[in-house]
Amino acid sequence: MSIPRPKPERFRLRRTMMFMNAQKPGLIKDAYIYGADSIMLDLEDAVAENQKDSARFSLYHALKEIDYGNTEVIVRINGLDTPHWKEDIRVCVAGGCDGIRIAKTESAHDVQVVDEAVTEAEKEFGVEVGRTLLMAALESPKGVLNAVEICQASPRLFGVALSGGDYRKCMQVKVIPGGIEMLFARGFMLNAARAAGIQCFDTVFTNLNDDEGFRAEVKQNVEMGFDGKSLINPKQIQIVHEMLAPTQKEIAEAEKIVRAFREHASEGVGVFTLDNGKMIDIAFVPGAERVIKLAKASGIYEGDL
Amino acid sequence: MELKAVGTAGTLESSDVMITLEPRDSGGIDLTLESSVLNQYGRQIKAEVLASLERLGVKNAKVIVNDHGALDCTIKARVECAFYRGCGCDMDGRFDWGGVIR
Repeated sequence: MSIPRPKPERFRLRRTMMFMNAQKPGLIKDAYIYGADSIMLDLEDAVAENQKDSARFSLYHALKEIDYGNTEVIVRINGLDTPHWKEDIRVCVAGGCDGIRIAKTESAHDVQVVDEAVTEAEKEFGVEVGRTLLMAALESPKGVLNAVEICQASPRLFGVALSGGDYRKCMQVKVIPGGIEMLFARGFMLNAARAAGIQCFDTVFTNLNDDEGFRAEVKQNVEMGFDGKSLINPKQIQIVHEMLAPTQKEIAEAEKIVRAFREHASEGVGVFTLDNGKMIDIAFVPGAERVIKLAKASGIYEGDL
Repeated sequence: MELKAVGTAGTLESSDVMITLEPRDSGGIDLTLESSVLNQYGRQIKAEVLASLERLGVKNAKVIVNDHGALDCTIKARVECAFYRGCGCDMDGRFDWGGVIR
């Protein structure tokens, strides 16, 4: 029995990407009901060294037999400095996951090595070459500083994510409310991702009892321009979706921009002013369209665009 | 690929199953099943384990299955893992995903 998953979409909505231990059957069988945009089945840190073999069998059958619906299924593979990553890639591709998260990415070369192994596996298992997407996790100062080349390393790459635990350890800092210790990494990675036209995801927030701290961090993520966030617990999903949802005022404005632009464009006019005096040209359109897409995903859009 | 030693995989956690395979020279498959859902699913669990063993080419073995409500996909995964552990050779780069593992 196998669930034929649709071809993965490189630039889909990924507000919430939740980690789940690929080794725990109780977790992965229900993974899709929580409503995260993406789940990340973990073969890396969540799996003990002596269970790396076992996790792959669980992963393979979960990928083949559990219907994840619209939830994107990403697999985090073991680092390139381990003996496990090559077989991890074979099982990911054979099982038909949507994408692979590369742990501890430090250079464009790391991404290319994985890209080549994925291509080889796609040919071996009769999967369309190019189907399997990639994302790179930056977990060290070297990875962050090489973000520019990493973000441009492969046409399979849909985004980069920061991994705060290892990064903070390297930088000899602890978690600070307000995130001053992560300011450079977040800002630099965002710039690198945008320059390459790919998505950018923030690190996990690990203190599950600190609701206020979590909300403050998500608010900052939104303000800085992240596409989404890695999560470790289902209770964080709804909070992120709510905080990323546009307001009714923002939706109305976005609708106005998209409609007005379409009307003016058909009359051959590229720049015009809205009734509130705001100048609009084509640069505003992608942002407005993104607002409407977010509103639809959040279930609060009632218009007809 | 041949079962050479005892191979065990899985846990006693809920939704999981622990499988132990012990090689023997003859006598076919001797399966002992304990399950929290024995009455409803005993037959199905047994069939799933036997089908996996057949795919893997195991003809003679003592098999102990301790189930706590595992789905079919978990049962298969644990049988396969126990088998390859019992074979004891490095299979990286050679696992037959979609072939005998399916």
